[in-house]
Amino acid sequence: MSIDRSDVERIAHLARLELNEQDIPAYTENLSSILNLIDEMQQIDTDGVEPLAHPLDAVQRLRADEVTELNQRDKLQAVAPAVEEGLFLVPKVIE
Amino acid sequence: MFEKTLSELAQDLRNGTVSSVELTQAFIDRINRCDSEYNAFITTTPELALQQAKAADESLAAGTGGPFTGLPIAHKDLFCTEGVKTSCGSKMLDNFKSPYDATVVAKFKAAGAVMLGKTNMDEFAMGSTNESSFYGDCKNPWDTSRVPGGSSGGSAAAVAARLTPAATGSDTGGSIRQPAAFCGITGIKPTYGRVSRYGMVAYASSLDQGGPMARSAEDCALMLNVMAGQDAMDSTSSAQPTEDYTASLNHSLQGLKIGVPKEFMSADLDSAMAAQIETAIKQLESLGATIKEVSLPNTRMSIPAYYIIAPAEASSNLSRFDGVRYGYRCEEPKDLEDLYKRTRGEGFGSEVKRRIMVGTYALCAGYYDAYYNKAQQIRRLIQQDFMRIFEEVDVIVGPTTPSPAFTIGEKVNDPVAMYMEDIFTLSLNLAGLPGMSVPCGQVNGLPVGLQLIGNYFDEARLLNVAHQYQQNTEWHTLSPVTA
Repeated sequence: MSIDRSDVERIAHLARLELNEQDIPAYTENLSSILNLIDEMQQIDTDGVEPLAHPLDAVQRLRADEVTELNQRDKLQAVAPAVEEGLFLVPKVIE
Repeated sequence: MFEKTLSELAQDLRNGTVSSVELTQAFIDRINRCDSEYNAFITTTPELALQQAKAADESLAAGTGGPFTGLPIAHKDLFCTEGVKTSCGSKMLDNFKSPYDATVVAKFKAAGAVMLGKTNMDEFAMGSTNESSFYGDCKNPWDTSRVPGGSSGGSAAAVAARLTPAATGSDTGGSIRQPAAFCGITGIKPTYGRVSRYGMVAYASSLDQGGPMARSAEDCALMLNVMAGQDAMDSTSSAQPTEDYTASLNHSLQGLKIGVPKEFMSADLDSAMAAQIETAIKQLESLGATIKEVSLPNTRMSIPAYYIIAPAEASSNLSRFDGVRYGYRCEEPKDLEDLYKRTRGEGFGSEVKRRIMVGTYALCAGYYDAYYNKAQQIRRLIQQDFMRIFEEVDVIVGPTTPSPAFTIGEKVNDPVAMYMEDIFTLSLNLAGLPGMSVPCGQVNGLPVGLQLIGNYFDEARLLNVAHQYQQNTEWHTLSPVTA
């Protein structure tokens, strides 16, 4: 399967990735060849095969509904790019 | 001292022939002297190491030390280390000092280990050459014009170059076994869930598994004793009881049934390497094992299935890098979308962007069945192939890689050619099975890795087979450096 420039731009937008204009042709070519490789899967008949999501078919473990987390806000926010009064700062969203 | 294994160094520490401070200082000096040639470390932590070594010496003197007390190791730079940079080989985390320790790191600390530093790696563990690291290529100590493999390339190179006796690695599609093979060291990827993933920066959560990289199977067993076990902080870690992985190292291989997949001994394999693998198999036979040809008919399909599942999971996992809570943030974002896009566009390298885009594409509405679901079905078929074989044999043996280490730059612009190199390692991750790589020969002065594959939670048996092989061969003792 081959994809074009507009596909790459659309995927990059969905993934919130800004690409340099001059890199887009190379990404288009690489992604097309990767998708061609991936399309080899279609040769295999998988009708009725149960998909395997977890190697040991394990299910999510449950624990007692108890408070176990300590409040470490200040410690965890110490590595944030911008915080104020315990809040993460981002550019203004609502005008 | 630099040629000694962890097990030998542990003995020296216990006898008092060397102190942990002396040992640690020697390795720090050696890293300072030699690592400019390899670029195996992203960060070194000499002060912390000496502090830990001093504490270890005190506990050894008091008789309260354990088997790992005072032994120096390095951690792959995707294991979070409290207060120490954890970059994952990425500009995105260049400024990230983790506020907490990964479970693996905490366990080594509790065991009295000394951390020398954090090793170089492919960015976010995505690569087979270490060339995608933001911190530059790491070099193979056997030939510095060649790659050490990846993604745990720094760990493998550091162990091979005798900059550390051992290191941790992680393996999502071969990232412990392939660099171990390329650098002539021993590494084991445990069963999925055997080692906690808590604090190990996630690439593909249903495939990722941390494990030991060292100079011998015995040393890997010693490390796995520290690393293995269920963890309340990782709900996918297994409740299966752990064992003393050193206990069965000396068991005889008499009666061991070994399967050799014909798809592994195929045209994909370099012919000079094939001869070395066959010699190693004969050696195992002479130690009492019986050999049987088996078939893994979907081996080739592991490549497309992996390159859907891993990028799909990565596209989700890496959405957390948004420039808001930690890590890189672009300059002067004009709005929130600009903040996300430029932070991620500037913070991630090209291989990471490629995989995020492949994953995003595969998970798009309308494509889910054709890609992700199909890949998960193939994953089931691959698992069934293994289960069928393990009804007849105890261990599967073959090459770790199709060829020895390639030159730096050789495949960097051709992702598909690079992905093909993973053909013998990917299927284990898809099935969640444990696997090892053990040095078993050389081609043109470059190490060859023998891969051992076991059934679920059969790490002790793999280590036993590898140890018996190493008791009777010397490939694992060869050194690329004069230390």
